[in-house]
Amino acid sequence: MNLTLKVWRQKNADEPGQFVSYQAKGISQDMSFLEMLDVVNESLMTEGQEPIAFDSDCREGICGTCSVVINGAPHGEQKATTACQLHMRHFNDGETITIEPWRAKPFPVIRDLRVDRSAFDRIIQSGGFISASTGGAPDANAIPIPKPDADTAMDAAQCIGCGACVAACKNASAMLFVSAKVSHLGVLPQGKVEKDRRVLAMVNQMDKEGFGNCTVTGSCEAACPKEISLDFISRMNRDYAAAVVKSAWNQS
Amino acid sequence: MNIYHAIFRSSLGKKFIMGLSGLALVGFVVGHMVGNLQIFLGQEKINAYGAFLKSMPKLLWAARIGLLACVGLHIWSAIALVRENRRARPVAYQVTRSTASFASRTMIWSGLIVLSFIVYHLFDFTITPEFKGVDESGRHDIYKMVILSFSHPLSAGFYILANTLLAIHLSHGFQSLFQSLGLSTGRFRHWFQSLALVLGWLIFVGNVSIPTAVLLGFGKEVL
Repeated sequence: MNLTLKVWRQKNADEPGQFVSYQAKGISQDMSFLEMLDVVNESLMTEGQEPIAFDSDCREGICGTCSVVINGAPHGEQKATTACQLHMRHFNDGETITIEPWRAKPFPVIRDLRVDRSAFDRIIQSGGFISASTGGAPDANAIPIPKPDADTAMDAAQCIGCGACVAACKNASAMLFVSAKVSHLGVLPQGKVEKDRRVLAMVNQMDKEGFGNCTVTGSCEAACPKEISLDFISRMNRDYAAAVVKSAWNQS
Repeated sequence: MNIYHAIFRSSLGKKFIMGLSGLALVGFVVGHMVGNLQIFLGQEKINAYGAFLKSMPKLLWAARIGLLACVGLHIWSAIALVRENRRARPVAYQVTRSTASFASRTMIWSGLIVLSFIVYHLFDFTITPEFKGVDESGRHDIYKMVILSFSHPLSAGFYILANTLLAIHLSHGFQSLFQSLGLSTGRFRHWFQSLALVLGWLIFVGNVSIPTAVLLGFGKEVL
């Protein structure tokens, strides 16, 4: 199949970028979206042009590194799929595809389609540690955890931190990401000890990074390749309110 | 933790204020509608209701001040949140494919138009009413005032427009506030979504029935 790509090209964060059109010729339907970009880059390099910079790592949908907005949808329109797992059979021959980077102030463009997501790392860091005993590995099931709690924690822990939620949100809000990270430790006995401190610190860091606020549009949940539920944002709001009240009570 | 910062400066705190003030305002809107619908019970009932409200000035003013505070907090948090949201995405997408509902994307606009209506509505009926007539028992003749006002198609039209926007605003706002307050998990989310839609349009039907009835000739006898 042959395609026309409209790709965002930008040298670095300081220089303005623009869209450049490329022809992608002889693309197989079985290629992933990123493999298609690899083919385009090979032909660009043989022509002596700069290849299109984009992020990728595991290419099996679990690392959260790939981050392109395809025709207005982060990771493309396919539900619960990362761009590396999106196959070209979902596109039509002769189609024009617009490819853009994640757009958010806290995610400055490094080059072309690559953005700096270290804001997410700083949010994770602000969450701090959990009080786990050091030493030998504990016995399995030494701490009993109710099945529903384990399931909720695992649902939240599915988050791969790709940032599609921020990219999809009309406000560039990071609440789905932060709520998943706050919840997957908060519901487990091992993580409950620091629950209040964690939610206060992570929300504070999220605000400092300059992400927008939640309007409850559900766009993040729809774009999330791991289908993290909007319920976690509600849970985070509840945890935050409880933490503020408790900490105010303790201060007085 | 700084409590002032956690409530008035943080993203979640501001959403909490927006949700709580919104909930109080929805409570008022429902009460206001139920009170107003008494117009269909006739001149005597609605004028007596007006006189009853005026008979307890302390409670009336407490309610007014409380509502004003809620409106103030609601608007302040809306403007602060929208400014932060705009700042968070300085470069727009070339292609946008929004999965967000129309209501959720236009909250600030439906809100601002409803606000402009409320200001007009207060001046029209409460602060500087053109009509100051009294009924046979010497009470402010609310019945006649409402029918006079809604006989003007422009006045009735603005009322209907504002209530349409209010219904759209509430169809998103009344479900969203439970999310901000942290109550919207699991099956409750779907309940709140349906509840918001039903409540929003129920208020629309209740409120709009009055100008519609007047335009169709209800209460002609007092004109």
